[in-house]
Amino acid sequence: MDFAGYDPAGSRQSRGIVSAKIVVAGGFGVGKTTLVGAISEITPLTTEALMTAAGVGIDDPSKVPGKETTTVAMDFGRITMAQDLILYLFGTPGQTRFWFMWDEIIRGAVGAAVLVDTRRITDAFAPLDYFENRKLPYVVALNRFDGSDLYEPEEVREALAISADVPLVMCDARDRESVKQVLVTVVEHAMIRLQAEHGRGFPTPVG
Amino acid sequence: MDPRRDPRGALVRPYAVTRGRTEPSRDIALEAVLSSNATQVAESRFAGHDKYRIATVCEGRAQSLAEIAAYTRMPLGVARVLIADLVADGLLTLHTAAPAEGFEERMEILGRVLSGLRRL
Repeated sequence: MDFAGYDPAGSRQSRGIVSAKIVVAGGFGVGKTTLVGAISEITPLTTEALMTAAGVGIDDPSKVPGKETTTVAMDFGRITMAQDLILYLFGTPGQTRFWFMWDEIIRGAVGAAVLVDTRRITDAFAPLDYFENRKLPYVVALNRFDGSDLYEPEEVREALAISADVPLVMCDARDRESVKQVLVTVVEHAMIRLQAEHGRGFPTPVG
Repeated sequence: MDPRRDPRGALVRPYAVTRGRTEPSRDIALEAVLSSNATQVAESRFAGHDKYRIATVCEGRAQSLAEIAAYTRMPLGVARVLIADLVADGLLTLHTAAPAEGFEERMEILGRVLSGLRRL
């Protein structure tokens, strides 16, 4: 049978392709798509979600002009790591009014990198607030644009009140090696966090 | 699907291809990967133009929900409904996203992602 490998119950034992995702967050124009593009094997793609919620609770369709549906775009990239392992990188929509999309993007993610432009440091407050209130492990990446060495990393940590256990790295979103290092930091941090949670006695089978 | 939900779909034209349904029959993560083989693609031809396009995009190369939506230029919600139908009809194979529970499994995936990144 063609679909013998397909298990409707979604059993994790089924042999298939596993995908993971890392989220790249940050204010509008901070370089999220640049970062994704620097390491993705495909040119970053854009997918759009419609805000169909506009129609909820309205009984008469004629009163809802089609123009009022808004599209929210998010950019993403892909890294095929093995035949059965794909990593996706999702950029969040920059405008803060689209927070509701962030919840969907971060669901099930390995972790996140919050990209900060040192020239517009206050743009980072909203994304950092968002992640502080979520369980998702995140790191802060300072994107250094040309001639933007305005602050030292520790000054940024203080200015943004980033807690000591959150890794802070410098990066150049255009540079593949630099982006790779940011992603490595995200995964390492996620592993440390998971290990710590496990050590605190979260229920898990003995391995 | 509750047929009473159908009229709501008429509010938003892109959902015409899903016959007005905005809720997928199963939840599919953005990064969940789907694939199809030649038989599935051939059979999807009878499922309608949009579903056939989706099955074609996944043939020979596994694609995530997000990629399928981008390549077919369908809004995410629309693609999700159609993909859920295709999976239910056996015309598309759904692979697992990274496990959210189980320490050993999660550590293993993270370890594989980490070494994959370092090899880049």
